[in-house]
Amino acid sequence: MDLLIILASGVATGTVLLYATVGEAFAERSGIMNLGVEGMMLIGAMSAYKVTAATQNPWLGLLVAMFAAGAISQVHAFIAITLQADQVISGLALNFLATGISLVLGEGLTSLRDVVPQLPNFTVPVLSQIPILGKVFFDNHSIMVYIGFIFVPLAWYYINRTRPGMHLRAVGEYPAAADTLGIRVYVLRYYYVFVGGILAGLAGATISLSISPGWFGALTTAGQGWIAVGLVIFAQWDPFRAAFGAYTFGALRRLVLDIQGPSTLLGLANPFFYNPHYAFFLKMLPFAFTVVVLVIGSREANRKRIGTPAALGLPYIRGQRGL
Amino acid sequence: MDQVNSTNGYKNVVSMRGIIKRFPGVLANDQVDFDLRQGEVHALLGENGAGKSTLMNVLAGLYRAEGGTTMVHGQVVNFGSPREAIEAGIGMVHQHFMLVPSQSVTENVLLGLDEPRFRMNLSRYNRKIEEIAQQYGLHVDPAARIWQLTVGEQQRVEILKMLYRGADVLIMDEPTAVLAPSEIEELFKTLRSMTVQGKSIVFISHKLHEVMDISDRVTVLQKGKVTSAGIETKDITRADLARLMVGRDVVFRVEKKAVDAGDVVLSVEDLKADNDKGLPALNGVSLEVRQGEIVGLAGVAGNGQSELAETLAGLRLALEGRITVNSQDATNKPVKLGIRQGISLIPADRTQVGTAPNLSVTDNVIMKNYDQEPIGQGWIVNSLEAIKYASELKEAYDIIVPNIDTSVRLLSGGNLQKVILAREISSEPRLMIAVQPTRGLDVGAIEGVQKLLLAQREAGAAILLISEELEELLSLSDRIYVIYEGEIMGEVVDGDIDKIGQMMTGTRLEQIEAQGVA
Repeated sequence: MDLLIILASGVATGTVLLYATVGEAFAERSGIMNLGVEGMMLIGAMSAYKVTAATQNPWLGLLVAMFAAGAISQVHAFIAITLQADQVISGLALNFLATGISLVLGEGLTSLRDVVPQLPNFTVPVLSQIPILGKVFFDNHSIMVYIGFIFVPLAWYYINRTRPGMHLRAVGEYPAAADTLGIRVYVLRYYYVFVGGILAGLAGATISLSISPGWFGALTTAGQGWIAVGLVIFAQWDPFRAAFGAYTFGALRRLVLDIQGPSTLLGLANPFFYNPHYAFFLKMLPFAFTVVVLVIGSREANRKRIGTPAALGLPYIRGQRGL
Repeated sequence: MDQVNSTNGYKNVVSMRGIIKRFPGVLANDQVDFDLRQGEVHALLGENGAGKSTLMNVLAGLYRAEGGTTMVHGQVVNFGSPREAIEAGIGMVHQHFMLVPSQSVTENVLLGLDEPRFRMNLSRYNRKIEEIAQQYGLHVDPAARIWQLTVGEQQRVEILKMLYRGADVLIMDEPTAVLAPSEIEELFKTLRSMTVQGKSIVFISHKLHEVMDISDRVTVLQKGKVTSAGIETKDITRADLARLMVGRDVVFRVEKKAVDAGDVVLSVEDLKADNDKGLPALNGVSLEVRQGEIVGLAGVAGNGQSELAETLAGLRLALEGRITVNSQDATNKPVKLGIRQGISLIPADRTQVGTAPNLSVTDNVIMKNYDQEPIGQGWIVNSLEAIKYASELKEAYDIIVPNIDTSVRLLSGGNLQKVILAREISSEPRLMIAVQPTRGLDVGAIEGVQKLLLAQREAGAAILLISEELEELLSLSDRIYVIYEGEIMGEVVDGDIDKIGQMMTGTRLEQIEAQGVA
């Protein structure tokens, strides 16, 4: 077990969570909770892989993945925003729908493993020479990891320091107030659900074209979409905190794998190696960790009055009192 | 071109003619005419439901009128949204503030505008907003977040929002309802300074003395019709306005029989409690209520009244101090024990706390005795007994409802309050805590509620009446405590309004008396 490798691997696998989490943060900031992240990621992973297999161009695959997931997110947007239905149920339904579609359309993709090109990996000159940090953050990572580094501060800046970002926050906090000032609440909500879909698609494509390339049905994402939904809360809808949470969670997952590997652990016989079913306990740990961090995080957020957008999950009905 | 009224030479900035607006079952505005001159404060007076807010919501673009014409600066307009109204210079400050709590003052002011395009240069806009605030005497820190501000400051932000958008007509919907007397004074100063600078103001209110105080002219609405259009305030008396508003002579006094106060029922000593945000709301409250008396608790909203009521009823944790009911300790005891001890609460929030909105009248009235004979029989609720009980209460309290299976959310405010009162009074309380029992009710319903409270007093209950309506407190109470920032400022027996007013703004009774001597 090499700590640097675990951390570097955390950054790589965390990048997937990062995109999905920030995407969900955008949607939820506008007041719409979309529980279909997992399904949208699968759509992204599948379509990216399928298009790349057909065209041999992973960039085209990435682009199609983003639009495919963005498009399917609009099913949820229509049900939650226009039909004003329960967002939890609609999100779950989207999840089943999207998962089903990707499994059907992904038929036969698994066997294409060797003929599908991947997105490039590279080492950043100079920066990779920085001790420790260079190895963790800039050494032989996928290009999607580096894009993630740039994406996080941009997303933060957009939300907190720009006019559209201010409108986004207003729509999720107090849609009636935004509406009286001429902000188009419904349009913005559709738009940010779309953004959430695009980013979930990007996250899915990042898996299938780069981080763990290939199409393995529902195992491609293996529940990471659900982790992202939880991480949004841990991140308190903030991109930097989302990045921290995503990388940490990624590193934990890698650590868990590494603990199972060797036959001896700290000089003792490794119980997880000799009793493989114990590994289920290990695999549970990152999730337990998420729960603990969540509780701590939301207490802190309550104190500082950041946190849950006040109108999250509530349909906005024009002219209804008290909203 | 601005319309000039040839007879008196005043410029009308707004003129509305024959406005009609219907809501399901109600004609809210029936052929209403309204004129607003430049530089005046024009009061729009009327009872709850008279159609004042509806008329102004039409002007501000929230509602579309079904008939009539509106002219602004001599041009016919038909606003489809508040934004169009603001662009024409008409801004409305609503009773419920439309502010995003997690955003700063500046962000709230800039919300929805095209400027800045993308990047927010907050420090630059902070300065700009500071300037406008200075110009009109609206003191508020542009960088502060809304949740950190007092209600008075939030109102200033709403006004700033409209001024920043270049509004020259400002509609204030019951702006004083949430303010302390000192804040009202400051608001009036601001309004006057705005009219001097050429702005025109519509002041919606149902409080006669404020209308007399601030307005240049007044238009009175009653049941959707104008009963008096644009009279000069100086030419009219308060009694005239009251008659125009209600449509009959108003008795400002209620019949109150003399009842000798008996034993102490409720005694509170040095009570401390936090509010929902974990901040201190009660800082050592001590008071007493005796059998057969109504004790008023006056104070501006948010000074610990609701926390006190909740703590007394056992709904909120008392951190320090002691509550005694009928000489039994009632501090932090389960609510059910309180109910058995004869504590009854009429909460301010009728729809969320006072009743379960989706349950029937029957279910709502048996909530306190569903487990008592004859309705509760072991594990079973005897529904025949429950229906019988509910029907009796429906008759006795004159609850107007098609049948007792109706969900209470379909009831009007007055009938809903009757359901609550029926439940609370029939439990024969020894201590009744009534929070804002008449708020939002029409005159007839108010009288009914007040009569029921007085009947309880005569029956020997101890009543703590928490209200923001001073007139109600004065007419019903035997004594009045005044609460300010979670502390009792003093007690008034003779109904001295001046003293109450001073105490409501944080002057202690001892200080007032010391000044009086000096």
